[in-house]
Amino acid sequence: MHGPILVFAESSGGEFRKSAFESVTEARRLADLSKTEVHALSIGHGVKGQASSLGKFGADKVSVVDDESLKLFHPDLYRQIALDLAKKISPSFILLPATSTGKDLAPRLAIHLNTVVAAECTELEIRNDELIATRPAYAGKVLLKVKMKGNPKVATLRPNVFTAKEVTPPISPRVESLSFEKQVTRMTVKEFVTHGARKQDLTEAGVIVSGGRGMGGPENYKILEDLANVMGGVVGASRASVDAGWRPHSDQVGQTGRTVSPTLYIACGISGAIQHRVGMINSKVIVAINKDPEAPIFGFADYGIVGDVFEVVPALTQEMRKYFGKN
Amino acid sequence: MRRVPDTAARIKIAPDGKSIVTSDAEFVINPYEEYALEQGVQLKEKHGGEVTVLTIGPEKSTSVILKALALGADKAVHLKAENFPDDPSAVARAIAAELKTVEFDVLLFGKKGVDDDNQQVGPMVAELLGIPCVTQIVKLDVSAGKAMAHREVEGGIIVVEATLPSAFTAEKDLTVPRYASLRELVAARKKPILVKEPQRFPVALEVVSVQYPPPRPPGRVLGKGVEAVPILVKVLHEEAKVI
Repeated sequence: MHGPILVFAESSGGEFRKSAFESVTEARRLADLSKTEVHALSIGHGVKGQASSLGKFGADKVSVVDDESLKLFHPDLYRQIALDLAKKISPSFILLPATSTGKDLAPRLAIHLNTVVAAECTELEIRNDELIATRPAYAGKVLLKVKMKGNPKVATLRPNVFTAKEVTPPISPRVESLSFEKQVTRMTVKEFVTHGARKQDLTEAGVIVSGGRGMGGPENYKILEDLANVMGGVVGASRASVDAGWRPHSDQVGQTGRTVSPTLYIACGISGAIQHRVGMINSKVIVAINKDPEAPIFGFADYGIVGDVFEVVPALTQEMRKYFGKN
Repeated sequence: MRRVPDTAARIKIAPDGKSIVTSDAEFVINPYEEYALEQGVQLKEKHGGEVTVLTIGPEKSTSVILKALALGADKAVHLKAENFPDDPSAVARAIAAELKTVEFDVLLFGKKGVDDDNQQVGPMVAELLGIPCVTQIVKLDVSAGKAMAHREVEGGIIVVEATLPSAFTAEKDLTVPRYASLRELVAARKKPILVKEPQRFPVALEVVSVQYPPPRPPGRVLGKGVEAVPILVKVLHEEAKVI
């Protein structure tokens, strides 16, 4: 008999994130293989009413801590809650999303549980009763298969890689509220300030329109914004354009920026240096628009157009507007 | 701080299929630690004090230590080991063991190494030392025993206040690293480097195998200029089915 699989089901503003459903789905799959239960943990404010919805994705039990002071991720308080629960239920695995929250929380838990994290996993398998995790290193230039000694095994799952799937029939999970006493901490989480109008983060976006050195200057990103808006996507950037000061670092896709996996990635005026490539190579479909037919990006894009971005992109926006207008 | 292959380096898998050949790569200070170091030097320039760089690594790490000293660090501690395990928990325990006897106000890390991408050591060390840790910061202000840090998260930033001593892990936007002048590179050779053995701890993470990611199937160029645009929309809809 194995201990349960503990899943940190991340929420934001009282709603579960997509990554919570992805993590619970993967936990369900592993639990069926190792004949154990899925025990989800939900921490936040206004999350209690949503807790049972995790049953749709396979949670057998959901522990909830709902408190005003937990509205935003607080490393010390979240760690205290998750660690107490882990000590109580002795899980075999702990799964967290590889989001800013999960990547902060996982190592804190792991070190107190005398273990380590398999970070940003893209695949988990159970072989001879052992958990083998596949994870990219060197920004995805190689894939490592790793295993961990001791128990529990802690892994973070890269968003958009695991697919959330509802179970049939849905489970009505047992929901329990955990008692919570706010510990004294030397850290105060003050506020969340949004980056402005942009609704989605690059790591969660379905469509990304990215611009590189070929955009020529910050003022020219307007044409990319227009295309992204028509398609319900967001704008990304290459390192060259971020280093030039044209775009903020939060827009950077690549080894020292974000690793993204949208359904559609449109690279405009981007040559496709390895630094950039590793950040976007897991996109489902890659389109390249570049005036240089020899640009490396054409070597790994699914579809390419050789041409001037300042002519092709506005024409594409026009065409997409027609397309989305019709559909 | 650690020594890593430059991000432009090609990465080759060793014949054993479990490790990476880095012998012909160019090595640099891990970029995220360069942002952290610059932050440390800026804090020193503003508030006084001293910046110490700490590294665990082989003899060859001396080159990146000298670089850090040229970039403004005052002294270095080199926990020298030729084959220290690439295990974040063992690294964190060795660093924490070393820091237990040291007084400091601000402990800066890079958010992750650009080699193994584990992103764990900073918060692990802080947990072992029982001090606050704010990860992925893009801004840091320190005054009167307190720090105000901006942590970059999906869609925005979270503002966190922490009592010193505190740990922080640097995101790229934290600082713009300076360049070292020839004079500073020469002066760095006179700065003290304390060389010690790191403490060893059990290893929890084991690499079973290393492989290259599967290649993408070759794509195709649809045409030149605006004439190709309607074709693109058609294939995205009918063939790729993504719109």
